[in-house]
Amino acid sequence: MEGIAIRLRDLRKSFGETTAVAGIDLEVRDGEFFSMLGPSGSGKTTVLRLIAGFETPTGGRIELAGQDVTGLAPFERDVHTVFQDYALFPHMTVEQNVAYPLRIRKVPKAERLVRARKALAEVRLEGFGKRRPGQLSGGQRQRVALARALVGRPRVLLLDEPLGALDLKLREQMQVELKELQREVGITFVFVTHDQEEALTMSDRIAVFHQGRIEQVGTPAEVYERPASPFVASFVGTSNLLEGEAAHRVVGTPGTYSIRPEKIRILKESADADLPEHTSATGTVAEVVYLGDVTRFLVDLDAGGRLAALQQNLETSSADVAAYRGTRVRLLWHRRHAVEVPGSR
Amino acid sequence: MARTAGRLAGVLHRHPRLRLTLLLTAPLLWLAVLYLGSLTVLFVSAFWTTDSFTSQVVKVWSTDNFHALLTTPVYRQVVVRSVAVALAVTALCAVIAFPLAFYTARVAKPRWRPLLVVAILTPLWASYLVKVYAWRLILSEGGLADWMLGPFGTGGPGFGLPATVLTLTYLWLPYMVLPIHTALAQLPSGLLDASADLGARSWRTFRSVVLPLVLPSVAAGSIFTFSLSLGDYITVQIVGGKTQLIGNLVYANIELNLPMAAALGTVPVVVIVLYLLLMRRTGALSSL
Repeated sequence: MEGIAIRLRDLRKSFGETTAVAGIDLEVRDGEFFSMLGPSGSGKTTVLRLIAGFETPTGGRIELAGQDVTGLAPFERDVHTVFQDYALFPHMTVEQNVAYPLRIRKVPKAERLVRARKALAEVRLEGFGKRRPGQLSGGQRQRVALARALVGRPRVLLLDEPLGALDLKLREQMQVELKELQREVGITFVFVTHDQEEALTMSDRIAVFHQGRIEQVGTPAEVYERPASPFVASFVGTSNLLEGEAAHRVVGTPGTYSIRPEKIRILKESADADLPEHTSATGTVAEVVYLGDVTRFLVDLDAGGRLAALQQNLETSSADVAAYRGTRVRLLWHRRHAVEVPGSR
Repeated sequence: MARTAGRLAGVLHRHPRLRLTLLLTAPLLWLAVLYLGSLTVLFVSAFWTTDSFTSQVVKVWSTDNFHALLTTPVYRQVVVRSVAVALAVTALCAVIAFPLAFYTARVAKPRWRPLLVVAILTPLWASYLVKVYAWRLILSEGGLADWMLGPFGTGGPGFGLPATVLTLTYLWLPYMVLPIHTALAQLPSGLLDASADLGARSWRTFRSVVLPLVLPSVAAGSIFTFSLSLGDYITVQIVGGKTQLIGNLVYANIELNLPMAAALGTVPVVVIVLYLLLMRRTGALSSL
């Protein structure tokens, strides 16, 4: 099939009594940066290991570029992996590590060296070729692992929480670099992470995993703005749900609604809220959290329930913030931002 | 009583040097006097001579013994033969131990692994002599080896050099299995996954990843098998037929010509020091 890099059909995997993957259907397009997002134990890493071939599925089918690879060994699949702990060979130099996949394919030595150096340059590690993995920092090892996985130009690159071991600054830098690299080489990236922000910033599309199933597949904006289930609404972004009676009173119809905090405006209680297409609700500020760039207000609604609202600190400072606690406010949002979440439990 | 003990503990706590002295005096004495001392005596006495009529040791400085050692063809043959036996035993042990350790460390179910290691070590609990005599029975004429190999048209190896190598291999095998097992057990499976992921078949992964990482432990095991084989003189007496190794020459000379025995005794010491220096380059000493 043209344009589909990976296709999973009713993929299942159990370890003894435990079901890790409970029937997954998924299509990843060619050249896509695709993220598998979910909490630990949600089955995302198992799916990755199934695609790589380290585990055999209990049921279902895996296709790579239209070819059924379900029963094939890892070395028979045109897929390379960047491991969470990098898995660099400690007895080889950086250059030898990167050249390893080429050595296996019997690429002549001279060409091997040129390509390995080029791959190292791609991840900005020129001049590190003669060192051993043990002499590198975490971020550098990460780059070597990337270069090694990319040097053979696989059809698909699998990344298993590769930024998990890095500190925040380095992580943000690597996020940008990874995205740029992916655009440059044009290879399909399948990126496993539990960090929703990481998934949102880097991906073309995201699959949200929960208890061995996929709850939603979509672009970052779709997943964030139109969560398909209460789990997605709470796992991606701040949980801000209006449920049951409160929802009925505020919105007018019963159901579960997700309203992102930054979509809510905070007004004085007396303010005129009679705007067309808008919904408003009064309440009392229960808690104020100063976050530097923004302030988060937690408001107990008179109709019941609690909503978080973000306000940019255009003029407010941390000193003013505390004074808001206990004050009466009116929350206002556009009707389209109250997204009904299906499948509420 | 308890107060005295308490006071003593306090004194020891305040004087770390005293503590260290008390702790190390006995072992250091043991090492210096008994071990290094006897090595020195051995080396010095190798330069003495013997009165050929009375067999009395004459404490006159001379290098005759070493001269004889280097120029007499028999001595040279025996030295070469001994080193060859030690090397053959080491190579055989490595070849047999590797698949065995691979099974116990990576293939067998994890809960069976400790049990299998114990099973490999059990022969070490049996007496050395019992095991060697068992091999004598196996290798004797009409014994188990003859009976098993008979249908193939070849008899057993009988007593001699091959029998010696075989028996020594059996004796020292656990010393080779153990370090290899440990190294294989500690090998991160992520590395094997990574190798397969990058396109390597099992054999390639074995050659390029497993073997280089486990080799220092093979070298560590070989230090045991090599030095134990080089020093052995009983096995060869029981199953070796007329074969002579360095140990036999030392043993034969000890009554009649002690200085010559001492000179012969320095040979394995020198060989093993050379072997250790060689093995140090492989990183074996840090994986002991």
